[in-house]
Amino acid sequence: MLRNTMPPEFKVIVDHKRCRRCKRCLQNCSFGVYSFADRVVTDSAKCVACQRCVTFCPELAIEVRENPLAFKASFNWTDVHRKNIWKQAEQSGMLLTGMGCDVDYPIYFDHMLLDACQVTNPSIDPLREPMELRTYLGRKPDTIKVESASDGKLKSKTKFEPQMKLDVPIIFSPMSYGAVSLNTHKSLVMAAREVGTVMNTGEGGLHKDLYSYGDNIIVQVASGRFGVHADYLNAGVAVDIKIGQGAKPGIGGHLPGEKIGMEISKTRMIPTGTDALSPAPHHDIYSIEDLRQLIYAIKEATNYKPVSVKIATVHNVASIASGIVRAGADILYLDGFRGGTGAAPTVIRNHVGIPIELALAAVDDRLRKEGIRNQASIVAAGSIRSSADAVKAIALGADAVAIGTAALVALGCRVCQMCYTGKCAWGICTQKPELTRRLDPEEGAQRLVNLLRSWALEIKEILGSLGVNAIESFRGSRERLRGVGLDKQTLDILGIKPAGR
Amino acid sequence: MENKISIDAGGVYYRKLNEQIRAAIADGATEIGLTGVNGQRYIGDGISDKVSINMDGVPGNDLATFMNGPVITVHNNAQDGMGNTMNEGKVVIHGHAGDVLGYGMRGGKLHILGDVGYRVGIHMKSYKTKIPAIIVGGCAGDFFGEYMAGGNLILLGLHHDKDKPIVGDYVGTGMHGGTIYIRGEVEQYKLGAEVGVMELTEEDNKTLKGLLTEYCTDLGLNLDDIMNKPFIKLIPISHRPYGKLYAY
Ligand code: SF4
Ligand code: SF4
Repeated sequence: MLRNTMPPEFKVIVDHKRCRRCKRCLQNCSFGVYSFADRVVTDSAKCVACQRCVTFCPELAIEVRENPLAFKASFNWTDVHRKNIWKQAEQSGMLLTGMGCDVDYPIYFDHMLLDACQVTNPSIDPLREPMELRTYLGRKPDTIKVESASDGKLKSKTKFEPQMKLDVPIIFSPMSYGAVSLNTHKSLVMAAREVGTVMNTGEGGLHKDLYSYGDNIIVQVASGRFGVHADYLNAGVAVDIKIGQGAKPGIGGHLPGEKIGMEISKTRMIPTGTDALSPAPHHDIYSIEDLRQLIYAIKEATNYKPVSVKIATVHNVASIASGIVRAGADILYLDGFRGGTGAAPTVIRNHVGIPIELALAAVDDRLRKEGIRNQASIVAAGSIRSSADAVKAIALGADAVAIGTAALVALGCRVCQMCYTGKCAWGICTQKPELTRRLDPEEGAQRLVNLLRSWALEIKEILGSLGVNAIESFRGSRERLRGVGLDKQTLDILGIKPAGR
Repeated sequence: MENKISIDAGGVYYRKLNEQIRAAIADGATEIGLTGVNGQRYIGDGISDKVSINMDGVPGNDLATFMNGPVITVHNNAQDGMGNTMNEGKVVIHGHAGDVLGYGMRGGKLHILGDVGYRVGIHMKSYKTKIPAIIVGGCAGDFFGEYMAGGNLILLGLHHDKDKPIVGDYVGTGMHGGTIYIRGEVEQYKLGAEVGVMELTEEDNKTLKGLLTEYCTDLGLNLDDIMNKPFIKLIPISHRPYGKLYAY
């Protein structure tokens, strides 16, 4: 049989005149493209365009190009469909992929524009005037009673439920140790501490070296309950129950046995080499009542720390969200269909769920109409690519946003979508020691700090131009958004006017 | 030194009751007697101290959830969700218990005298020397040992009427670790595709005897009466049940 019935996706071209045979490309490529026989030899069929070799070739001698199919063009039978069929005909099975949906469904963030002050309403210069990005996540009381204390100062008579304090309204989304490397977890948590935010452990437990970062950690509980015990539940500032993930709504987690090495095994508390299965349903949750039972079991075990519930945005997201808030969740984490993943069946990733922009607007609306919006904070995720996306999400009703892919890109990820292979050349989505050591946690943390500080500056600049001096007072300001190129119904769901109105 | 304390749980809301239990432990109580328990949830939830808690009433859902040390004895029936993600300790039930017992349990023991409901011992795990055990004296419902990944799940089928099956359907569906021991026979159609039926080895008999001796002591039963009938052993055929689903 032919080795491959299709031409390679990319072409790796080495300029042998420039090449000085240092073999760095051989060491750096984790997908086996390079070999050496008098000179560098390439096997383009194995290239995934992760750009590792290109980045590390000292002579700029390597070029990775797309290798377009020389088949008759078809609007209907795109090359993606043809290639997928060949792959399945050859090997039989579901196609797997990594990262978020890459199909060209509309991106509503790119069809919304922000307002700014002119003439009659002054903008604020964030460099000279105080600008508040601090955000508190957690249940807020229905009313606040104020009394004056003996020193004459005003103070709240109402007792607040515990809140999670963030210095920037951006948190790191759950990525499990197992899916990503320990150095990735370290980079995230060190950056979170430096910037004053939190990282979510994901469902794979927390490595013992990271327990000391508790103030900047949300621990996650998923159906497989990996690494979950009383100390773990109490290790962070909040507990997140994972119901769903945007990239694979209704699909569980499955960490293949090959990835369960010694350290992962210790952290997840399962033997090495066994599959770690986290089926989509928690088999103890079949109703909102059952969810409430787990939320309060966790609260009892943690002396009432805030509990977050993470769901994938699906068609009925607004009523589901209402149920979750009524079940007692303090934080509602919405993961849009473009959210990332370490591994998911391509067919699910590309065809299930709804965009975060619409889901967020619908949920915020629904909770307001039911008079329960104050009972839970909303975290929006599922492809927040820039500070602009973050500000737009907050205008649509989010309290904060979560970033996963953006954080990994800051760590070097090229979004090659090969995370499920465990061969990540950038040392992020892999457990192979020779690869994981490519990511230095100190350096990684610094890059993440740089990213978050840059976004914080940009958010302040945007708020200044809007004449707003605190992000919490901007939440849900849909009046400051306008749609471009959106139909009436979409504008209605987003709760925004078209540009020009 | 023993330090006994009695708490009247009659009409007390669960949150208050659990606060009282935790406060008593903080005050040095090692043996806590609860009177008037009537459906309060989360008793023993997340407690890591090696205390004993006894009650005559019926505790509510999620008894011993995330529990990490105590020994709880219930001289009555228990409800759903008992031993959820439990890590260490023991619960002894002198009666029946409900659905989803020992979910994701990774250590400790559940000793139940009577019958249990659906989805008992699902996602049970083990790691190194931490091997949890659930022993059910009566019969069990569907999905017994579903997604089981470790530990020992023992079903005795004592004192049940002849028409009732000892276990429901889908036994060990998705099982990829651990062992299920059943005293009696189970029809092949009831077993999940991932499960194989084996004869007990010398090692199994030792494990079983060890676990059952403690069970009999706790519940006042006679070991010989239990061992007088042969057991079957169910184990997963592969610890990678879903290894071959994907192309590329
Ligand atoms: S890294 Fe560049 S210079 Fe070095 S062997 Fe490879 S192609 Fe040649
Ligand atoms: S994490 Fe690694 S494997 Fe995954 S997309 Fe990024 S570079 Fe590729």
